[in-house]
Amino acid sequence: MTGTTADTQWKFNARYVVLPTENVDTDQIIPARFLTTTDRTGLGPSAFNDWRYLADGSPNPDFVLNRPESQGAEVLVAGHNFGCGSSREHAVWALAGAGFRAVVSSTFADIFRGNALGNGLLPIQVSPEVLAKLMSLHTPTSTVKVDLEASTLTLPDGETVSFPVPPFSKYCLLNGTDEMGFLLGTSDDAAKYEAAHRSSFSTLAAGAA
Amino acid sequence: MSAPKTLFEKLWERHLVRPQTESTPAVLYIDLQLVHEVTSAQAFTELRNRGLKVRAPQRTIATMDHSTPTTPGGFKAMPVLDQSAQSRKAQLDQLAKNCEEFGIPLLALGDKRQGIVHVIGPELGLTQPGMTVVCGDSHTSTHGAFGALAFGIGTSQVAHVLASQCLLQTRPKTLEVRVDGTLRAGVSAKDVILAVCTRLGVGGATGHVIEYTGSVIRALSMEERMTVCNMSIEAGARAGMIAPDETTFEYLKGRPHAPKGAEWDAAVADWQTLRTDEGATYDQTIVIDGSALEPWITYGTNPGMGMSINQPVPDPDSLGDRSERDSAVKALKYMGLTAGKKLAGTPVDVVFFGSCTNARISDLRDAAQVLRGRHVAPNVRVLVVPGSQQVKRQAEAEGLDVIFKEAGAEWREAGCSMCIAMNGDQLRPGQLAVSTSNRNFEGRQGSGGRTLLASPLTAAAAAVTGVITDPRTLLEVAV
Ligand code: SF4
Repeated sequence: MTGTTADTQWKFNARYVVLPTENVDTDQIIPARFLTTTDRTGLGPSAFNDWRYLADGSPNPDFVLNRPESQGAEVLVAGHNFGCGSSREHAVWALAGAGFRAVVSSTFADIFRGNALGNGLLPIQVSPEVLAKLMSLHTPTSTVKVDLEASTLTLPDGETVSFPVPPFSKYCLLNGTDEMGFLLGTSDDAAKYEAAHRSSFSTLAAGAA
Repeated sequence: MSAPKTLFEKLWERHLVRPQTESTPAVLYIDLQLVHEVTSAQAFTELRNRGLKVRAPQRTIATMDHSTPTTPGGFKAMPVLDQSAQSRKAQLDQLAKNCEEFGIPLLALGDKRQGIVHVIGPELGLTQPGMTVVCGDSHTSTHGAFGALAFGIGTSQVAHVLASQCLLQTRPKTLEVRVDGTLRAGVSAKDVILAVCTRLGVGGATGHVIEYTGSVIRALSMEERMTVCNMSIEAGARAGMIAPDETTFEYLKGRPHAPKGAEWDAAVADWQTLRTDEGATYDQTIVIDGSALEPWITYGTNPGMGMSINQPVPDPDSLGDRSERDSAVKALKYMGLTAGKKLAGTPVDVVFFGSCTNARISDLRDAAQVLRGRHVAPNVRVLVVPGSQQVKRQAEAEGLDVIFKEAGAEWREAGCSMCIAMNGDQLRPGQLAVSTSNRNFEGRQGSGGRTLLASPLTAAAAAVTGVITDPRTLLEVAV
């Protein structure tokens, strides 16, 4: 951990790793052959598996996550359109399992963004200029500061930029509640909707047999 | 009179349980959820942990597809199950247990309706115009071909829909992709959508729902429309959709879950209103001249890196900004391809016919049209994996399996197979494949494997010649 004692779950200082690749797809974040798990945990060691390990299973020394200074870094900084492709939430579980608390990019794929927010892995969207600056300012010890409540990211040089977080996601994260609770609370409205939209449609219907 | 609306707006408004507010997303009612083994186990665990039931099992259906064996006899025919097969089987067994416990109908391995989730929904008539359809799978966009709002979700959201039949969503923007003109012979729906992905780029439609319009789209069959909508996600779109018309109704009529009798008439009358009104506006529109399209093929490591088959591989130096150039250089290095050189004539190792993009009966007919009376080139492995058991039976009734087998191709059981390479069907490192699937990401079809995405016709031409080939040269149509 690189943070100070004043750090909280949603306000923290952390070292970061730069992965200057664009369009990082979720097949790279967690290859499909690891998706046979029925758990959410245990995927961290396989994050970026095919970039991170050589064919013989040893760490690829050229991959950024394997550098000594990357150990303990909690923020991943990557090229635009991060998390494209497959909807697998395993990608978020793998990144969280590998110790990341936030990903910074100039754009995120829609499904990945939603999955990340739901799991408390912050997708921090910044302008291409800020992203480029963050990449160029990187040193083994430089840190960023993430503040969810203020929705700000502070760069190593002290520049602070704000990032978009849907108000509802922010509320859920800061209050430790989740979308499921909210949805279950709308159950009466759903019942009214169902009553007003009666349909004979059924996947259980005998006609299917 | 109310303001003119787009098809998307009509579908969105129809499903609002609660509208979007400043502080909360909209609560959207989900008409149909499709479930498969890979993205559901953790959702059922969550329900169990919270003591929740499935709110509407009759709006849910499960199948097995991603990790199922496609070899004859399946697991039973395997002398020993290695560790990977054991974990796949455990995942499938878990799905069966979950469906039983929560009362969800399951089309398991061995069921004559089993198949790829996006193939069976439409073929059983489960997918209908005007519906909201979700699945823990990004290619759920396929179902938009029926004029449904259909999109992929994560596993936590799978749990949300199981428990509440609703989903929290912020309203996306709309993008019209209009394909005008008429397709030339030998140019297919796959070529259209690959060209769209090239035009938009792999993230170009992020935050948007695409509506495909124009004369080319109207002229497509339902199966071809599914191929187009299927790959909407490859441009980053939330969903892709096509307004329903006679082609749609014709396809649906008489399918097991389609409405019958008076209900059918009422449904059609309603479905006919599902179109973008005159005067409604999209946030963005792009137009593609369908008459000018040629067979398309990818050369890089995302579906947006494509070109017409007779063009040379683009030079990274010709691309916009530096990061784009770097990506292209990296992609070409991985693919082992040379900028400025044409792909035609490049030897291939494997040809894969399959996936929710192109493993329906019309796709297999296209492949058979080229393979009939010809033989697979030496040293090329060819797999034909039907999208569902129903497609398999239909193909066998038409004798297509015989054409494939006589040509030297492998005729498999239904499943995702080498599209995602979870089930043991995979490329070896370095192998180059032409695939009718939808993703050419690094290692997608097996660690170190290299994928070129193309239509079934183009894949078939590579299968018989052993090299990348414009299929029109074998079809005796104008190039
Ligand atoms: S065929 Fe491929 S893309 Fe389609 S659902 Fe299966 S794995 Fe996903």
